[in-house]
Amino acid sequence: MSVETSQVADTNSTTPATAAKPSRVGMVANWADERLALGTAMKKQLRKVFPDHWSFMLGEIALWSFVILLLTGTLLTLWFDPSMGETTYEGTYAPLRGVHMSQAFASSLEISFDVRGGLLLRQMHHWSAMIFIGAMMIHLLRVFFTGAHRKPRELNWVVGCLLLLLGTIEGFTGYSLPDDLLSGTGVRAADGFMKATPVVGSYMSMAVFGGEFPGDSIIPRFYIVHVLLIPGILLALIGAHMLLLVFHKHTQWPGPGKTEQNVVGYPLLPVYMAKAGGFFFIVFGVTALMGALLSINPVWKYGPYDPTKVTAGSQPDWYMGWPDGLLRIIPAWETHLWGHTVSWNIMIPILIMPPLMITILMLLPFVEQWITGDKREHHLLQRPRNAPTRTAFMVSLMTFYACAWAAGGNDIIAIKLHLSINQITYFLRAAIFILPLIAFIVTRRWCISLQRHDREKLLHGYETGIIMRSPEGGYSERHLPISDTEAYKLTARDRDQVYVPEEVDADGVPAPNGRINALRARLSKLMFADNIQKPTREELEEAHHHVDEEHELQAAMEGVPADGHQFDGIHTVDEERLRSDD
Amino acid sequence: MSDAHDNSLPALPEEEPIPNPGLPEHQWRPTDVDPKAEKRAERQVASYFVGSMICTVLFIVIYVAVDEDQTIAGFGASNVGLGVTFGLALLGMGVGLIHWARKLMGDHEIVEMRHPARSPEEDREVTLKALETGTEESGILRRPLLRNTLLGGLGLVGLPAVVILKDLNTGSYDVDQFYHTLWGATDGDDKLPKMRIARDSIGTPILASDLEIGDLVNCVPHAFYDPERYGLTEADVEGHKLQVEKSKAALILLRMEPDDIKPGKGRENWDVNGIVAYSKICTHVGCPISLNERTTHHLLCPCHQSTFDLADAGRVVFGPAGRPLPQLQLDVDEEGYLVAASDFVEPVGPSFWERDYDER
Repeated sequence: MSVETSQVADTNSTTPATAAKPSRVGMVANWADERLALGTAMKKQLRKVFPDHWSFMLGEIALWSFVILLLTGTLLTLWFDPSMGETTYEGTYAPLRGVHMSQAFASSLEISFDVRGGLLLRQMHHWSAMIFIGAMMIHLLRVFFTGAHRKPRELNWVVGCLLLLLGTIEGFTGYSLPDDLLSGTGVRAADGFMKATPVVGSYMSMAVFGGEFPGDSIIPRFYIVHVLLIPGILLALIGAHMLLLVFHKHTQWPGPGKTEQNVVGYPLLPVYMAKAGGFFFIVFGVTALMGALLSINPVWKYGPYDPTKVTAGSQPDWYMGWPDGLLRIIPAWETHLWGHTVSWNIMIPILIMPPLMITILMLLPFVEQWITGDKREHHLLQRPRNAPTRTAFMVSLMTFYACAWAAGGNDIIAIKLHLSINQITYFLRAAIFILPLIAFIVTRRWCISLQRHDREKLLHGYETGIIMRSPEGGYSERHLPISDTEAYKLTARDRDQVYVPEEVDADGVPAPNGRINALRARLSKLMFADNIQKPTREELEEAHHHVDEEHELQAAMEGVPADGHQFDGIHTVDEERLRSDD
Repeated sequence: MSDAHDNSLPALPEEEPIPNPGLPEHQWRPTDVDPKAEKRAERQVASYFVGSMICTVLFIVIYVAVDEDQTIAGFGASNVGLGVTFGLALLGMGVGLIHWARKLMGDHEIVEMRHPARSPEEDREVTLKALETGTEESGILRRPLLRNTLLGGLGLVGLPAVVILKDLNTGSYDVDQFYHTLWGATDGDDKLPKMRIARDSIGTPILASDLEIGDLVNCVPHAFYDPERYGLTEADVEGHKLQVEKSKAALILLRMEPDDIKPGKGRENWDVNGIVAYSKICTHVGCPISLNERTTHHLLCPCHQSTFDLADAGRVVFGPAGRPLPQLQLDVDEEGYLVAASDFVEPVGPSFWERDYDER
């Protein structure tokens, strides 16, 4: 009963199986395609085009740091014991032998001193967490400054903001796990934050800690949040972030051959697979070197958590610094209303400001779109100077952040610079309002000046540094026209239009939403009215005509000794004759 | 964000004043035209990869050969050795791959066309139609009773997950716990002694006569070291229970010139010969405070710099804390040791919503 196998079809396709033996790669591809339809799915993706620019790498650093966090974190869980059960340390690290501590802290010491490469894993994990959040923030700034948050990418912007928020919480739950004195102090403060929540605060605290602070539940609870809950959400959101990136296709800088309708660059296979894959190894390698050579979070120096102890100069990880700074410079505002305590001194810096900041960030693309009324898709990036008010707004937010962050280190500043901590605090209380305002005005005017400079370059060419003396004895600097490519790049931007509301419609009826439109008009004016627009074609032609005339006048001196070109710093001038030599 | 008044804005980008010059011509790289350069690049990439392999082998050698406690120039030899070899092995891979991509892989720029994010008009119509048909067939719009009860059910069915969180704390939710510390463990029981004040870490009780002017001592209840004396058991002051009691009972003891003390109202006799006791837990967010300025009797919290005047009833003189430090009334027992006259009369540590109930 043998079956004649050569007669059995080896494919479902309508054409009969061919005799030709496919290559090995072809066989694998065929096997996979007949089950997964990869042929269709990958048709356009394998050679998908990505544009090239160094700033597109920032988000990639965040992505690869997250992968490193997953890898090192998974290994760390093999040794870490997230338990608050009390134990007496009898391990290798002599100074702490015999000390009572939680098993979480003891296993952190074990990882650091008894597991070979354990300290390296811990340090790499902590460093890559720092890099992860830093890279996300810088990536966010790049996206905003270049206008990559505009339609159709608003939702991806929102996903990015959520990633930043979750990454921060993930970081906090992570560095609290070793149950050392420094992170325990942070958890103690978190207890204070919860208790400051109106109405439900006390119960929230007792629920989270499983009774009174510190209880014996918080570390195991943080652990499961840190290794399962948040990483799961992060992974899903990163997936969505990437899918949207692929779907929208990456933005690109304007330039020759690049338009709103195309994307110019190198294909995924092989160039970007090699470059992005190689970059993963580079980020990983740099993190490994940091883990090897730069000490971070030496918990054995802090010792186990003890609610009666604290060290001077207690600072959270850097990304928690700004709310901590606000918490330091807020005046002692606590009100007592109808028999209840309302702790504004905690609510404003911790419960109101960070969520408000994230909400503002998430709303930015939508607010901007409402003001500009621009509903078009944008795939060409803008230079920060070409959106002066937007750029200034973000710089203003950054200045606020910087003031708050500096306040978080006011004790360190006081010690290092021999200043009074009280005066630093008083200064920052005012600076946090004044400096962002100054930053806004300066940045906005700075951008507009740069725009003016671009316009000058387009109309009159670039400054050569060559000083010409006219027959009358006047001096002027010689300008030469810029290249077509450069000129095109400078003009490849939209003309801004200030929104003017219609007072009355065609039938003489006052337009609805009068007040809201007036607000929009005022904001639109702030955003666009002072901007320098690119020259029109007529202006360019007129200016070039003018320049040509000037060149004609100067042409008489071309080739004549000492027309100035010799002294451009490139040519040798030893043998040059001066006009007076004639 | 209405679409009503957008007609005044440009719908399409206007013509550029300078026409798009088009993609620049492809520039050949030395490795494209010179076989020698190509070969050299190939060798370079391969040597990066080989370097990476060598580093990985070295990693294993160091793992086996170097002990955890060996040091090199003050660094842990194992950590530095493992990290550097692993880092270089990774960098070798990364640099090699990128070098390969830049020197040897095709570098022709490719143009791909974009498509608007919105779906084609016909697809939208089909989808809309399907949505309408489906909605119509479900009858959800025609049957408000079903719709409303469905929404009600969905809204409620998640509640058990919230309700069950109540037992995150299987113990008491009574805010009253915040008002009691171990200092008052024997309050109301005349047979048991008042709680002695013991030095933190050492556990010895303190004779009032032991303290010099200017001395500052970090203290805890003596019951941590001798629970039976106060009618408690060893289990009451162990493990996380000890941590909970510590986080409320931590105390600062300071002796100053009795004349310097400006006692709070009704607290005229809370000190013993110029010795005063205050909670060590900051009233802001609960850090233990311990930076003392001897000449001013100011106590500074290292976390957020709230500063309290211990000579002036723990008044806040600087920083974000909203309330003075709670003071503990001191007394001396028959053997001359400092004891707590009673528990704190207010809750220690950070504020909470219900806090004022007691003060009303």
